[in-house]
Amino acid sequence: MSGDRMEYKGYRRRRLIDKIFKATIYGLSFLLFLPLFLIFGLIIKNGISHISLEFLINNPKPVGEAGGGILNAMIGTLILMITSTIIALPFGVLVGIFLSENSKRKYALVISTIVDVFQGIPSIVIGIVAYIWIVLPLKKFSALSGALALSFIMLPTIIKSTEETLKMIPYSLKEAAYSVGANYHRTILKVILPASLSGILSGILVSIARISGETAPLLFTAFGSDILEYNILKPMGSLPLLIFNYAKSPYPEWHEIAWSASLVLITIVFIFNLIATIGENRWKIKF
Amino acid sequence: MYRFLKDRDGGDLIFKSLLFFSAIFILLLIVAITITLIIQSIPSIKHNGLYLLFGDIWDPVSEKYSILPFIIGTLITSILALLISIPFSLSASLFLGEYLEGKRISKIIKFTIDILAGIPSIIYGFWGLMVLVPLVRALEEFLGIPPLGIGIFTASVLLSIMIIPYTTSIVREVIKLVPQDLKEAAYSLGATRFEVVRDIIIPYTKSGIIAGILLSFGRAFGETMAVTMVIGNANYIPKSLFAPANTMASVIANEFTEATTDIYLSTLISVGLILLIISLIINSIGRYIIGRFYVRG
Amino acid sequence: MEDQILSIKNLNAYFKDFNAVKNVSMKVYKNSITAIMGPSGCGKTTLIRCINRLHELTEGAYSTGEIYLRNQDILKLNPIVIRRQIGMVFQKPNPFPTMSIYDNVIAGYRINGIKLPKSEMDSIVELSLKRAALWEEVKDKLRQKGVFLSGGQQQRLCIARAIAMNPEIILMDEPTSALDPKSTLKIEELLYELKKEITIIIVTHNIAQAARISDYTAFMYLGELIEYDRSDKMFTNPSDPKTNEYLRGTFG
Repeated sequence: MSGDRMEYKGYRRRRLIDKIFKATIYGLSFLLFLPLFLIFGLIIKNGISHISLEFLINNPKPVGEAGGGILNAMIGTLILMITSTIIALPFGVLVGIFLSENSKRKYALVISTIVDVFQGIPSIVIGIVAYIWIVLPLKKFSALSGALALSFIMLPTIIKSTEETLKMIPYSLKEAAYSVGANYHRTILKVILPASLSGILSGILVSIARISGETAPLLFTAFGSDILEYNILKPMGSLPLLIFNYAKSPYPEWHEIAWSASLVLITIVFIFNLIATIGENRWKIKF
Repeated sequence: MYRFLKDRDGGDLIFKSLLFFSAIFILLLIVAITITLIIQSIPSIKHNGLYLLFGDIWDPVSEKYSILPFIIGTLITSILALLISIPFSLSASLFLGEYLEGKRISKIIKFTIDILAGIPSIIYGFWGLMVLVPLVRALEEFLGIPPLGIGIFTASVLLSIMIIPYTTSIVREVIKLVPQDLKEAAYSLGATRFEVVRDIIIPYTKSGIIAGILLSFGRAFGETMAVTMVIGNANYIPKSLFAPANTMASVIANEFTEATTDIYLSTLISVGLILLIISLIINSIGRYIIGRFYVRG
Repeated sequence: MEDQILSIKNLNAYFKDFNAVKNVSMKVYKNSITAIMGPSGCGKTTLIRCINRLHELTEGAYSTGEIYLRNQDILKLNPIVIRRQIGMVFQKPNPFPTMSIYDNVIAGYRINGIKLPKSEMDSIVELSLKRAALWEEVKDKLRQKGVFLSGGQQQRLCIARAIAMNPEIILMDEPTSALDPKSTLKIEELLYELKKEITIIIVTHNIAQAARISDYTAFMYLGELIEYDRSDKMFTNPSDPKTNEYLRGTFG
């Protein structure tokens, strides 16, 4: 009888520990909401005041003058996005195809691992390399060097998502193409790739979202600019660079602009990620 | 219809070569990146020698460069960030991978975490500058130390917020892999949830968790913009937790465009080289462990 | 004497070291339905995959021997060309998911970059769908995606796709095993008509199906061709005792 009593007491204690643990887990997890609200909430609250059409379609004014906007930074971000995608996309998709088609070979495993590790290289180091390869020979900063750095950052994501999507395509689709006498490259290009479009596209969108917020690799490649620039061989501004410069400055007006620019930036990142996630499911071909 | 009985397309050979050479090119790219950094670092290594790693000051004026202040800065901030973040990320991982696995609310939380992971570093930095710094300043006043607001502590806190989503996504996946029957066996013996976590889940996923922590460490190591904005840009070995400092990444961000001499530039590039090497090593080990875990698990 | 269209001589098929088809020799006659039956793993699917050169696409797989289509050994010719003359229908219907019904039928030409005038494509599509007994059901929705059809319809779409290439032979790998009895019957009926123009080789594990539709039947067991004869003879009076056992259902 007393043995039962002792067991019961021990059990109560274990239950208590379990409850405390659960409360801790839940508590800490919900605390994660806190930074989110603080960050997002503040950006929206502080940033919304400046958001207007003029803000988006005007260039910055010198300190002290009212008005002005972030047009050059937005155009810069757009041009950088497009240029780096043009560089990274064909390359990334081709390597992704190679890796999925040769997935059983040893060398494919090696390259796949290397691509994974590539992903962990700090973006500022990539910026240094782009500086050495393009800024030094051309003797000036340029959007091209920035786009090159950004394309290196995009590559692993595009390669991985292409590879993963292609690996999920069942062999029966390939066989169907072969059975009507298609040769290898037509099978891949006209049958397999179209069936993988959803995954590849979402990989591209995700990497664009990623690079649109990148600052470090642009610090000494694209460098930034106050004027509206379309020439990729010249220095160019971008939203993150603008935020960086304005945030560091001592002027409160510029801080306000930085809040608004941050709002614009996270909206862009958010939208691209959203389209990528929704799109992947919507456009996905189910087998 | 015999018109298509000839396969005129030489395209297969071209295409297969294209694929092959793209893959080779990637390989060459990585090699080229590494070699470029090495070559450009040679002047620095010649000029600075071992002082680069073991000296005590970084002074472009007298051309004495030691990275030690930044190595220390990087290590302290990364490790501190890890320590602060681990309780949160482990909790969230257990929360999502075990407690609420499969339930609807876990999707909302996962979504939240993914959004946090997608916020650009510069925005974390700006927010840190505007919000965290005044808070830390208040804390410093309360503690009676110089109220700078910026410094190692602020940077570590900011970093920890940034790496929580990253760690969580890795460890969560690993926790989900614990076989159901293993857990059920424990429950059927009367174990509480806590005990199942402590005695079944954690031991099973140990290597996965370690890998997750390692990869997060690598991530914190290379984090640049957020740290740059709140760490205070001081090139001395930090003497206290609240001192301003610099990390390897932030000194490059701060000084690269100001580098006036070739040696100065080369030294900064050698900092980048060291960053590259360390992040490659950490990431390789981390991915290796994770790879082993998934194969076995 | 009936016209021989395919002559298989000493065919051996391997998966690395494993000999899946052992020294098979047989002749297939024009405009007939030849069934290949046998228990699981007997090599019947591997055999037909040798005929359209799909077998060798598997890692480590190869074959030796000769297969003569009329006078040419197809094992020595360009496999792409062979596959355009010998079509295949698979066990699980595999229409191209990104293409419409129309494009699926004409896929053999489209994918291979063969340009035809629209009127010609239209007539090929209509004719092929009619011969596959699918035209009436889909003629108003040719632009819809092929994957929205039912299983039986998808399979007939795949048959139409094969027919559109105007092949000499169509190989079928258990084409009705994944379908319901009604669809199965529909397909068996269209095969009767189809054989007047195209030779059909059909792998089946369904003995009743083989008895119903085939003119010739081959029985395989463990990679070997045990017996090959006119169907009416084989099903009433098989020569080999193993065949007899199989037909009686006492093994496999």
